[in-house]
Amino acid sequence: MTPFTKLTSSAVPLPVEDVDTDQIIPARFLKATTREGFGENLFRDWRYDKHDEPKADFVLNNPLYRGSILVAGANFGCGSSREHAAWAIEDYGFRVVVSSYFADIFRGNALNNGVLPLVVAPEVLDETFRTIEANPKANFTVDLEAQTFKNEQTGTVTTFDIDEYKKTCLINGYDDIDYLLSQREAIESFEQKRKDFSLL
Amino acid sequence: MGKTLFDKVWDAHVVTEVAGGNQVLYIDRHLIHEVTSPQAFNGLRRRGLPLFRRDRIVATADHNVPTKDQDKPIAEPLSRKQVSMLTENCEAFGVELYGLGHPYQGIVHVIGPELGITRPGITMVCGDSHTSTHGAFGAVAFGIGTSQVEQVMATQCLLLTKPKKMRISVEGTLQAGVTAKDVILYVISRLGTGGGTGYFVEYAGSAIRSLSMEGRMTVCNMSIEMGARGGLIAPDQTTFDYLEGREFSPKGADWEAAVDYWKSLPSDEDAVFDVEHTFRAEDIMPMVTYGTNPGMGMGVTESIPEENAIHNAASVQKAMKYMGLTAGKPLQDMPIDYVFIGSCTNSRIEDLRAVSQMVAGQKVADNVTAIVVPGSQQVARQAIAEGLDKTLMAAGFEFRGAGCSACLGMNEDKVPAGKYCVSTSNRNFEGRQGPGARTILASPLTAAAAAITGKVTDVREMLQLNIEH
Repeated sequence: MTPFTKLTSSAVPLPVEDVDTDQIIPARFLKATTREGFGENLFRDWRYDKHDEPKADFVLNNPLYRGSILVAGANFGCGSSREHAAWAIEDYGFRVVVSSYFADIFRGNALNNGVLPLVVAPEVLDETFRTIEANPKANFTVDLEAQTFKNEQTGTVTTFDIDEYKKTCLINGYDDIDYLLSQREAIESFEQKRKDFSLL
Repeated sequence: MGKTLFDKVWDAHVVTEVAGGNQVLYIDRHLIHEVTSPQAFNGLRRRGLPLFRRDRIVATADHNVPTKDQDKPIAEPLSRKQVSMLTENCEAFGVELYGLGHPYQGIVHVIGPELGITRPGITMVCGDSHTSTHGAFGAVAFGIGTSQVEQVMATQCLLLTKPKKMRISVEGTLQAGVTAKDVILYVISRLGTGGGTGYFVEYAGSAIRSLSMEGRMTVCNMSIEMGARGGLIAPDQTTFDYLEGREFSPKGADWEAAVDYWKSLPSDEDAVFDVEHTFRAEDIMPMVTYGTNPGMGMGVTESIPEENAIHNAASVQKAMKYMGLTAGKPLQDMPIDYVFIGSCTNSRIEDLRAVSQMVAGQKVADNVTAIVVPGSQQVARQAIAEGLDKTLMAAGFEFRGAGCSACLGMNEDKVPAGKYCVSTSNRNFEGRQGPGARTILASPLTAAAAAITGKVTDVREMLQLNIEH
């Protein structure tokens, strides 16, 4: 996993609530057996028409908006558990998704792929959308170490929560699997203790 | 302070605590399928790791299989490759596979319970968000991403923070024509697609207790559609009766010991939940969805809201544009094009019996294409043994082989762009049943009624007609 510490970037606004993972990556693109290349089909049916022509009114097709931060409406990533959604977002080039809250499974999948799901208060989200609308080139700085999100246009700095363990993983590029493998003895002794639970 | 059912099962599986509130949770059962497992197997290979406990994994092929000509090679090359990769991976790593052609093949959330792999008190995961289905048995069951599939393969554990607890009680008696599906669509319409985010839900109350195991599975299945990590129901005699004698259920003395343990699992009287919601069963009517998420549901006789406590006007308008519908208008009597009876929500034998009974001796409307897709080979065989297939086909339904089918727009079964499908599945997201497809979620009874009349129908009126005949 690529480590994440700090970045300053302009942001891409997607002011839609309840964006589900079927929109992020439709099921017909889940036939691949590797993790690579999902970015080209990110938001496929919002991004392209049925003739595979880009839809001019979708934000990813608007040259005004660029950057490695996606700003989205509440409950981003709801629905299917497909990690392909996180792979598509990462592969497209986003390292941070900002929203007022995320669906649980997507949040976990993003963290496992070096994408930071950054939760801000609804009013901060609204202000972020307004800033981008006024100036698509406005920059934002995400500092994971300090747990701050700074609107460089307005100077507003807000802090965000992330659990300490996940923060360490992101900063160092560690996977959960590294930690779990280090717990092998504890896991085996747990199994021994529970041997009576043969019914489980 | 007493413990909830969820506390009892979760806490019994905590291996160790990690700084920052994370816990290492032991996973008893791991179900895998062709779509979310290949990258996990690749990860194991890259790290040079074996499966930690291969006897705790069961595999099947469901999402990406055709439901016609299942005895022939899969025509679509990418689907064929993905399904054959599952076979190769299971052979290489020694995993039990109920693949295409196996008598136990089927939708992963249908076969787990029917084989007795699912049972009370266990932790269970699958790379599929509808894993919450298994919570109907009093298991802590939830969907995970592929990185987590790999973690469970490598260590039989996951690193998680414990979710908060919500109890949803439905008290009273359901009206005739109102099913488990209507109950859960009603609950989601009240709480919204994000209303359960961060929570594990226990469903309780007399209306829930009165449901069969199939009905309870339908309810728990859709927990994820309100954002809940999972849903569960206390095990009781209905649960034990369902499980006794199943292929992998405990036998003899083990069975007695298991039932004793399972009886200790229900939430204590003084257990405290972080949030409680209570609904009256009598308030629930047959439900249909009008929008593009499962929270956009209403009673079949109601009109589409312009906005409500859950959805703002912009969200409803976006949905109306996609659905080709108008806020303020009802859906009842609107012509439809497709009816899909299937998916991990409603493809069990009880669902097929209900549909078959409803359509017996009648004909699918000329404007409707109607298919029934049993959830598993076992369900299909049972349906055939009871003659349901003949009744359904005589009425004009296609009767297919087992799989996820038109629920997710991945395999060959799709709804064409712009067409309306009354579907017993779980998601009405844009494009879910195929690019441009318009989904109306409903119960098997409501879907069967729509197939016959060719339009969105209040099944209660049809039941009344059937009684009068």
